[in-house]
Amino acid sequence: MSFLGKLTLDAIPFHEPIIMVTMAVIAVVGLIIAGLITKYKKWGVLWRDWITSVDHKRLGVMYILLALIMLFRGFSDAIMMRAQLALATSGAPGYLPPEHYDQIFTAHGVIMIIFMAMPFMIGLMNIVLPLQIGARDVAFPFLNNLSFWFTASGAILINLSLIFGEFAKTGWVAYPPLSELTFSPGVGVDYYIWALQISGLGTLLTAVNFLVTVFKMRAPGMTLMKMPIFTWTCTWANILIAASFPILTAVLAMLTLDRYLDFHFFTNEAGGNAMMYINLFWAWGHPEVYILVLPAFGIFSEIISTFAGKRLFGYKSMVYASGAISILGFIVWLHHFFTMGSSANVNAFFGVMTMVIAVPTGVKLFNWLFTIYRGRLRIGVPVLWTLGFMVTFTVGGMTGVLLAIPGADYVLHNSLFLIAHFHNTIIGGAVFGYLAGFVFWFPKAMGFKLNERWGKASFWCWIVGFFVAFMPLYVLGFLGMTRRLNHTNNPDWNIWLYIAAGGAVIIMFGIISQAIQLYVSFRDREALDDTTGDPWNGHTLEWATSSPPQVYNFATIPHVDDIDTWTDMKEKGQAYQDKASYSPIHMPKNTASGVLIAASLTAFCFAMIWHIWWLAGLGLVGAIALFIQRCYTNDVDYYIQPDEIADTENAYNSNGKKELSA
Amino acid sequence: MSTVSAHLDSISGDGHEHHHDTSGDTIFGFWLYLMTDCLLFASFFATYAVLYMNTAGGVSGKDIFELDFVAVETAALLISSITFGFAMIAAHGQKKALTLTWLFVTFCLGTVFIGMEIYEFHHLIVHGNGPQQSAFLTSFFSLVGLHGLHVTAGLIWMTIMMIEVAKRGLGKSTVTRLSCLSLFWHFLDIVWICVFTVVYLMGAM
Amino acid sequence: MSHSHSHSVEHDASHGTVKSYLVGFLLSVILTAIPFYLVMEGDFSKVTTLWSIVTLAIVQIWVHLKYFLHLSFTTEEGRASTFSFLFSALIIVMVVGLSVWIIYESNAMMMY
Repeated sequence: MSFLGKLTLDAIPFHEPIIMVTMAVIAVVGLIIAGLITKYKKWGVLWRDWITSVDHKRLGVMYILLALIMLFRGFSDAIMMRAQLALATSGAPGYLPPEHYDQIFTAHGVIMIIFMAMPFMIGLMNIVLPLQIGARDVAFPFLNNLSFWFTASGAILINLSLIFGEFAKTGWVAYPPLSELTFSPGVGVDYYIWALQISGLGTLLTAVNFLVTVFKMRAPGMTLMKMPIFTWTCTWANILIAASFPILTAVLAMLTLDRYLDFHFFTNEAGGNAMMYINLFWAWGHPEVYILVLPAFGIFSEIISTFAGKRLFGYKSMVYASGAISILGFIVWLHHFFTMGSSANVNAFFGVMTMVIAVPTGVKLFNWLFTIYRGRLRIGVPVLWTLGFMVTFTVGGMTGVLLAIPGADYVLHNSLFLIAHFHNTIIGGAVFGYLAGFVFWFPKAMGFKLNERWGKASFWCWIVGFFVAFMPLYVLGFLGMTRRLNHTNNPDWNIWLYIAAGGAVIIMFGIISQAIQLYVSFRDREALDDTTGDPWNGHTLEWATSSPPQVYNFATIPHVDDIDTWTDMKEKGQAYQDKASYSPIHMPKNTASGVLIAASLTAFCFAMIWHIWWLAGLGLVGAIALFIQRCYTNDVDYYIQPDEIADTENAYNSNGKKELSA
Repeated sequence: MSTVSAHLDSISGDGHEHHHDTSGDTIFGFWLYLMTDCLLFASFFATYAVLYMNTAGGVSGKDIFELDFVAVETAALLISSITFGFAMIAAHGQKKALTLTWLFVTFCLGTVFIGMEIYEFHHLIVHGNGPQQSAFLTSFFSLVGLHGLHVTAGLIWMTIMMIEVAKRGLGKSTVTRLSCLSLFWHFLDIVWICVFTVVYLMGAM
Repeated sequence: MSHSHSHSVEHDASHGTVKSYLVGFLLSVILTAIPFYLVMEGDFSKVTTLWSIVTLAIVQIWVHLKYFLHLSFTTEEGRASTFSFLFSALIIVMVVGLSVWIIYESNAMMMY
C-alpha cells in the first residue's frame, strides 16, 4: 500500500469538463472571499467571534449559513437533473453520462436532507430555543460548538468528493447489495458512509444538549405546559433524534464492516440479508422526516398566532398531537418498502398506522385555521409562507395517504408519483417552514428586518415554481415513469418533463430573489433596523430582549406566568423596565477545541475513505487526545460585570419604551 | 462525552440569582446519551436476531458457545458492578484511598472480562470461525464486540479517572465524572444481561 | 453547613448504601445463576426454558436499574431519568419487535 493509500492523481476527474469548471468557479469565488477577508482584516474576528464561538445564537447563524450554501449546491444538482431529463427525451443521451448523473441524484438527496434541511432546522432551534425558555445558553455550550463542526465536517467531506474521486452512485439510501464492495468498489459509498456518520454524531450530541437545556434550564415559572409551541415541537424532534439516529449509526457501521472487513451483514453470500439494511435504514429514515417537519409545524404555529394577534388555538392539543406524531412516526417505517414482500399482515399493519398518523397532523391544520378565524391576520412574508404551506402540505398529505394503501403502493412504488409526494411534503412542509422562520427570526438574529418586496417575490416564485415542477411528476408517475432514469424514450412523457424543467427554473428565480433580498436588506439595514427587539409584536420570550440579543441573552432571568409570556409582560407593564442593579453574569469562554477536534476527525474520515491508515490512526488518536485535553482545561469561563450590563440594558429599554408609547 | 460535560458544569450560564444544580444537568445529559446507546445496541440485537440462523453451512451457536466460560465472564462483570458501587460510596464519603482501591479492583475485573473475551474471539478465529465465515458469525462478533469495545472505553476512562482522583482528590466535578462513569459501567452490565441471555443461553439451547 | 445533614440523607437516597448494593448484588447472582442452570443442567422443555430465561433477564434488568442505577419515581431527577428510560424501552420494543416480525414474515414468504 502506498503512502497515500488509494489516493492518486487519477482520482481527480480531469476528463469531466463540468466538474473541472465547477471546481474552477469554486476556487475563484473562494479566493475572492479570502481576499476580501484579508483586505478588511477580518480573519481575527472570524476566528475569535465565530469559528470558536460557543454562543448559541452565533452557532445558529453559522448553521443557517451552512444550510444556505448547501441549498445552493443541492439545488444546482436538482436543476442539472431536470435539464438532463428535459434534454434526454425520445432516446437522446442528454449531456450527463449515467455514472455522473447517478452521483448527482445521490448527492442531491443526501445534501438536501442531511446538510440543508437538518442544519437549517438546528440553526433556527439554536437561535430561538434558549431565548424562548429564558436561558442564558444551552446546557453544554462547548458541545454545541463541537456539534456544529461535526455537521460542517460532513458537508466538507461530501464536497471533497467532487474533486477527489467520486460520490456514491447508489441513490441517497445506499441500499445493499448495490452499495457493497462487490458492486460499488469505488470510494463513493465510503464518502457517503463517513459524511453521514460524522454529521450524525453531531446531530445526536445536539439533541442530547437541547433536551437537557429544555428539561433543566427553563426560566422560573415555566412549567412544561407553559413552554412556547416551537420549543415543544423542537423537543419532540430532539427526542426523535435521540431515539433514531443511533439506528443510522448502527446500520452504517454494519455497512462499513461489510465493506472494510469482509463481514456478511447485507451481502448476497454467506447468509447476509440486505433487507435488514433497508429495514433499519427506514427505522431511522421515517422518524427523520418527522424530525424535519415537526419544528416547521412549530414555526408556523408561532407565526400564525403572532400575525393573527391571537393566542394559538388548541395549544394543548398541539403538544399532544406532536407527541402522537412522534410515537406513531416510529411504527410506520415499513411503508417505504411495502414491495419488499413481507406478509399481508405486516403490510396491513403499517398501512393502517400510516393512515392513522394523518389524524394528529389534521388536528394541527385545524388548529391553525381556528387561530386565524376571527383574528386580524397581517399578511407579511412569514404569513405568506404559512398559507402556502397549508395548501401545499395538504396536497402532499393526501397523496401520502394514497400511497399508504399497500395495493396502491405496489403500482406507484419508486415511480415519479412518489418523488412528487415527498417533495410535496418536504418542500411544502419543512422547507417553507424554515424559510418562514428565516424571515420571522432574521431581525432577532441580525438586528434588522428583511426587505418585504423581494421576500414576496421569492415566495411567489417558490410556490408557483413548486407546483409547475412537481405536479407534472404526479402525472408522470401515473404514466409509469420510474425514478432515477437517466434518459427516456416515450413521447407521451416529453411534455411533462419539459414543464417540470420550467418549474425548476421558476424556483431558481425564487432562490435568486432571496439572494437579492439579503443584499438589499443588508444595504438598507439602517432603515430596516429593529431597535426594540420586538418587530412583530411577538408573544414569547425571544422578543423580550434586544436584537441581536446580548451575549448573555437576558440581564435578569424573567419570571414566567403564561404561555405567551411576553404578551403578558407587555400587558402588565413589566416590559422594558430598568433594574436598579444587576448581578455579575457567568459566561463560557470561546474555545478552539471544537473546530480542532472536528478537523482531526475529518482527517480520520478522509483517510478511512482512501485507506490511508497512518493518517486515520493519527486523526482518531488526535481527536481523542484533544477531547481529553479539553476536559482538563480549567480556564473556560468569565464574568460580565454589572456596570457593563447596566449600560447596554438601559439603551435597549429606552428604545423599547419609546416604541411602546408611540 | 461525560467528562467534558462534567467539566462544563459551571458554565451553563445560570448566573447567581438562583443556584442551578449543574452537576445534575451533566448526569442527566449523560443518562440521555446512554439511552441513545441503548438504541445502538438494540439495532445490533435486532440484526443478530434476524441473522443468527444464517450459518451458511458453518458452525451455529450450539457448536461454539461454552457456557461455563461465559458464566465466569458474567461473574467478573457482575462483581465489578458492586465494587464500582463501593467506589462510589467511598467517593461520596470523600475517602480518597478507599475510592482508588475499589476503582482498581473494578479495573482488574474489567480487564479479566476483556481478556477472556479476546481469548474467546481469538480462539474462534484461529479455528476458522472468524466473522467473515457467515452472517451468524458476523452478527455475533459485532454484537459481542460492540459491548467489548464499550467496556474497553470504560477501562480507559477509568484509568484517566484514577489518575484524576489521585492527583486532584475528590472535588465536586471529579465526583460528577465518577458518577457518569458509574452509570456507564452499570449500564454495560445491563447490556451484558441481554447478551448472555439472547446470544449465549438461547444460542446454546 | 447548616444543611449538611439533609445533604447526606439525599446522597444516600440517590447513590445507594452498602446494604442496597449488597441486596442488589445477591439478587443478581441468583437471577444469573438460575438461567445458566436451566440451560446447562435443566431438564425442561425448550419453550419453558426460553420463557423462564427471558423473564429472569427482565427481572434482573429491573434489579440493576433499581439497586445499581438508582432509578426511581420519588425524586424529580429520578422521574426524568425513569421516564426517559421507559420511553427508550418502548422504542426498543417497537423497533426490535417490528424488525424481527418484518424479516421473519418476509423469510416465510420466501419459504426460507
